[in-house]
Amino acid sequence: MIGVLLFLHLPFAVIMLYALTTEDASFRFPPPGLTLDWFQVAWNRPDIWAALGLSLRVAGAATAVALALGTLAALAVHRSRFFGREAVSFLLLLPIALPGIVTGIALRSAMGLIGIPFSFWTIVAGHATFCVVVVYNNVLARLRRTAASQVEASMDLGATPMQTFRHVVLPHIATALVAGGMLAFALSFDEVIVTTFTAGQQETLPVWIFSQLTKPRQRPVTNVVAVFVVLSTSIPILLAHLLTREGTRKEP
Amino acid sequence: MRSRRRAFATFFFLRPRLALLALIAPPLLWLGVVYLGSLFSLLVQSLFHLDGFTGRVVRRVSLATYGDLFTRANMDIVVRTATMAAAVTVATALLAFPPAYYMARYAPPKIKAALALGILLPLWSSYLVRVYSWKLILAREGVVSWFVERARLTWLLDALLGLPGIGGPSLSVSAIGTFLAFVYVWLPYMILPVAAALERVPPSLLEASSDLGARPAQTFRRVTLPLAFPGLVAGSIFTFSLTLGDYITPQYVANSQFIGNVVYESQGVANNIPFAAAFSVVPIGIMAI
Repeated sequence: MIGVLLFLHLPFAVIMLYALTTEDASFRFPPPGLTLDWFQVAWNRPDIWAALGLSLRVAGAATAVALALGTLAALAVHRSRFFGREAVSFLLLLPIALPGIVTGIALRSAMGLIGIPFSFWTIVAGHATFCVVVVYNNVLARLRRTAASQVEASMDLGATPMQTFRHVVLPHIATALVAGGMLAFALSFDEVIVTTFTAGQQETLPVWIFSQLTKPRQRPVTNVVAVFVVLSTSIPILLAHLLTREGTRKEP
Repeated sequence: MRSRRRAFATFFFLRPRLALLALIAPPLLWLGVVYLGSLFSLLVQSLFHLDGFTGRVVRRVSLATYGDLFTRANMDIVVRTATMAAAVTVATALLAFPPAYYMARYAPPKIKAALALGILLPLWSSYLVRVYSWKLILAREGVVSWFVERARLTWLLDALLGLPGIGGPSLSVSAIGTFLAFVYVWLPYMILPVAAALERVPPSLLEASSDLGARPAQTFRRVTLPLAFPGLVAGSIFTFSLTLGDYITPQYVANSQFIGNVVYESQGVANNIPFAAAFSVVPIGIMAI
């Protein structure tokens, strides 16, 4: 057990170590010396800032789309049994069950066929497609623990569906939405496979790292960015984990 | 206004089907059009072929591209990828079982939550960075080599790398390295479903089995393993499918081509989308089986 945990986490330590090395051409271990200079170099590189900005905007937009679609699908699937209900769940899961490269090349070939040029929105479309399921799963799990009687009571007391949704359903699924949204954000923020197919010339942060790996220039700078990506994705994941756990604790 | 809204509510309340339709339509349209539409266009494109003379895509339906697929070199790539995926799946299953078993059966709740988080965190964190870290670890002058040298086991490492088929000039460009990186990257995807399955095995069954005189090994083989099987299958589907479609690990930590690389290169460098499309139908086919 300890061995497996070490196996899972030591590589991160190695990356951090290499972000501090004074050696910038090879992966010599142990590093000849330690320095914090690379953080400053990374800070002053405009291409990194541009990539980070694009990543944040894409992740934000993809999360918004995924939140809307995932919640709708969860409400529909939860509310009733209908023909093809299983098929809906399956369809939502498919983009992450099939290899990412299939999703990527499929979107790419569709764009090629119809003649859609690459843009910010093509990246968002790709990301949203596989982020929906995360929100859907979180919201559906929460809805399953919600008593239907509360919704009925609200309707009986004269609330419109919008009011019921805003005052009864939404507060109930709020933390699940936040958790699902954060996971979707994290998923989109470091996605690289689908992005390479739908981005054209633009570089999100993971694509930037990807291109740096093939044509290395100042390797430690790449390591600094890698450390940053790992840290910035683990924060929303930790938060999401805490939020969903709190939800289960409230349960009697 | 208010009464109109009320009428609207009643209208939908009396027609649950319609309400359902209104809810389900946007997500279904999105996935149906954007995703299934794309998959369909992938299939269509794979039936076109690239004119070798002009370098342009000929939009006429034929099986020519699929014919190209069945060359010796491409079949080698398919077999190599599938073998790697199978090996990685078996290895992750073996590695995942002990921690999953510990999590499900012995760990006190607090430790269990911490362990689950310890496994979830790498699962969600940047996949690219995780592959990259293995490049650092396995590089010729990297971490592993240093430890091997310290332990005076260089002869063993050299012997391993000298093996035909799985060896190479250094760990980071050998099949062994690829295998290690894959196992590392996909391990959490196996641990979690297996642990979930083991958690559902009622302890009373295990007690009954030992009461009836089964040795621990027998209990494990005839009771625990069959009951945990669905979890193993779910985890295997993930690891197998993820390995089949990956092109990043083979690009950094490998010396040979996998399905993913070929797809990536034929759409990016050669601009041969039909071929890339046809080749990516292969993992779908393998997964379907």
